Amino acid sequence: MAIFLDENSRIIVQGMTGAEGMKHTRRMLLGGSNIVGGVNPRKAGEVVDVEGKQLPVFGTVAEAMAATGANVSVIFVPPAFAKAAMIEAIDAEIPLAVAITEGIPVHDSAVAWAYNVEKGLKTRLIGPNCPGIISPGKSNAGITPSDICGAGPIGLVSKSGTLTYQMMFELRDIGMSTAIGIGGDPVIGTTHIDALAAFEADPETKAIVLIGEIGGDSEEKAAAYIKAHVTKPVVAYVAGFTAPEGKTMGHAGAIVSGSAGTAQAKKEAFEAAGVKVGKTPSETAALMREVYKNL
Amino acid sequence: MDLFEYQARDMFEAHGVPVLQGLIADTPDEVEAAAAKIGGVVVVKAQVKAGGRGKAGGVKVAKSPAEAKELSEKIFGLNIKDHIVKRVMVAQGASIAKEFYFSVLLDRSNRTFLSLCSVEGGMEIEQLAEERPEALAKVAVSATKGIDLAEALSIAKQGGFDDETAAKVAPVFVKLYDVFVKEDATLVEVNPLVLTTDGQIIALDGKVSLDDNAEFRHERESMERDQLDPLEAKAKAMDLNYVKLDGEVGIIGNGAGLVMSTLDVVAYAGEKHGGVKPANFLDIGGGASAEVMAAGLDVILNDPQVKSVFVNVFGGITACDAVANGIVGALKTLGDSATKPLVVRLDGNNVLEGRYILEQAAHPLVTVVDTMDEAADKAAELANR
Repeated sequence: MAIFLDENSRIIVQGMTGAEGMKHTRRMLLGGSNIVGGVNPRKAGEVVDVEGKQLPVFGTVAEAMAATGANVSVIFVPPAFAKAAMIEAIDAEIPLAVAITEGIPVHDSAVAWAYNVEKGLKTRLIGPNCPGIISPGKSNAGITPSDICGAGPIGLVSKSGTLTYQMMFELRDIGMSTAIGIGGDPVIGTTHIDALAAFEADPETKAIVLIGEIGGDSEEKAAAYIKAHVTKPVVAYVAGFTAPEGKTMGHAGAIVSGSAGTAQAKKEAFEAAGVKVGKTPSETAALMREVYKNL
Repeated sequence: MDLFEYQARDMFEAHGVPVLQGLIADTPDEVEAAAAKIGGVVVVKAQVKAGGRGKAGGVKVAKSPAEAKELSEKIFGLNIKDHIVKRVMVAQGASIAKEFYFSVLLDRSNRTFLSLCSVEGGMEIEQLAEERPEALAKVAVSATKGIDLAEALSIAKQGGFDDETAAKVAPVFVKLYDVFVKEDATLVEVNPLVLTTDGQIIALDGKVSLDDNAEFRHERESMERDQLDPLEAKAKAMDLNYVKLDGEVGIIGNGAGLVMSTLDVVAYAGEKHGGVKPANFLDIGGGASAEVMAAGLDVILNDPQVKSVFVNVFGGITACDAVANGIVGALKTLGDSATKPLVVRLDGNNVLEGRYILEQAAHPLVTVVDTMDEAADKAAELANR
């Protein structure tokens, strides 16, 4: 099963012919993803050879979907064009769009999200500013290394890319159903809660690791959701206890504003919901290992 | 980026929001000249990015240029919540009949925009929200539809305005929304928005925050920026994502989340080692090259507070052998100027090759440790020696 992405995923890449797009198309293909084409209006009609696979380039997402049966798009276009790329994917009603691009103006993300809502949320948007989503052994849509860990019963949802990799690595002996990086921007598509709901419904997922960081209230909302709706065990990790107020820590959304968005408040919210919180990524993995033993 | 009041005022003016004359001045003499130019009663306002300027003595009314100069002498150099006043704005005086509140901001939690509005302005908005929550309207604003005149009227009504005043403030709300969108702001706040005794609506004080991610589509080269810490300025020039902190363990890592986590792990480890803390945040990014690693080490080793350095890399896209080569290369380039111990933890892509390169180089300053927690402990211990 896994969530949002599986062996039936047929992936196109918006911005495939750019440097980043080409690099990661190659990596995804080598990792076993079913990439079926790319989108670039200026190179429509061309065919690109990637690792021996002939990938057609289409003018639009809609054309690519019609020709290839694609149901996932991964977006690698530069920040200035990312809003148009997201809106194009939403207009085409592709079921899953994964926006990897970092540095998108928040007004653009807000407009794209509002547009998606107005169109009836036909497209699940993941990101922007995220590593994407991987269901090990099935498919990988994004930049997560395919070989960190194999398939298994743990679901992982994280705001951070490298902490996703770190946690997959720590738990590689157990394996993951799906690991999803939701992104570090203030406005993102898929949230912690969306992933929790999907993991709860996924029979292959037996336990969940949630990784949060300073900024916003996604973790607090997730804690309340877990208490009310999640029966599977969840362990959490929050990064940014030492972050000073008012400073953006790498991710555009990782900022403590006044007393809002602190790691301490998020940790307390999880603990109040009965979720164990690790002090370090390794301790969090150890907590999950305990949970797994008792499953 | 948060703007100074005078920058917000200028931005408002450029978008047709009614404001009073305001001139910046950096010396008492400049204050006198500005007050003379404006004429009549003026207000001298400290330009610092902190609330409570009035209470701290940073805002004074003057009836003449000479008085403005005299008052400004007490304002320059004031410490307002750790901000030293170096610049003031000399603003035209206003005869205020009523004070209102209006803002539009990014509402992260609901992934939309939000307008806050109240016919009761003047006091701090947090205080208003707490003491008179019913007087503060919170109206969700669609990012695709925005605030047109009809929506502005509706917001004003919800904020408690009577029909006549609502008709006066609504066009100003539309213009303020224009500022919000066209300048890529995450916050546009006017407090107070005033009705003058002669019936004018004026934005008397403004707060604007801009989205750093949108800077590529704006030309703001000449805009005054916050004074950066010298190391932050150096890192910025090298395009490094660096934040100076107040500890002893220099940190380099890849990926914002992992680096934030590294700071925390070092702080925990430091509890056992004399309370040492992380000295900085430095994210060299996912595909960091040897050059970026060298630039990062250069910044951190130049921080006099740093006693040890913790390089924490999980090779995802980056291969650990490239990182190891970067460290070895950087230490070679730095030569004798590198004197602080480095603790390196590598995991992920090509980790064995990476560790092997560091072993072979056998640099006396470098210790390779297998796990993040152990490496943090070692780095904290070295910083406490």
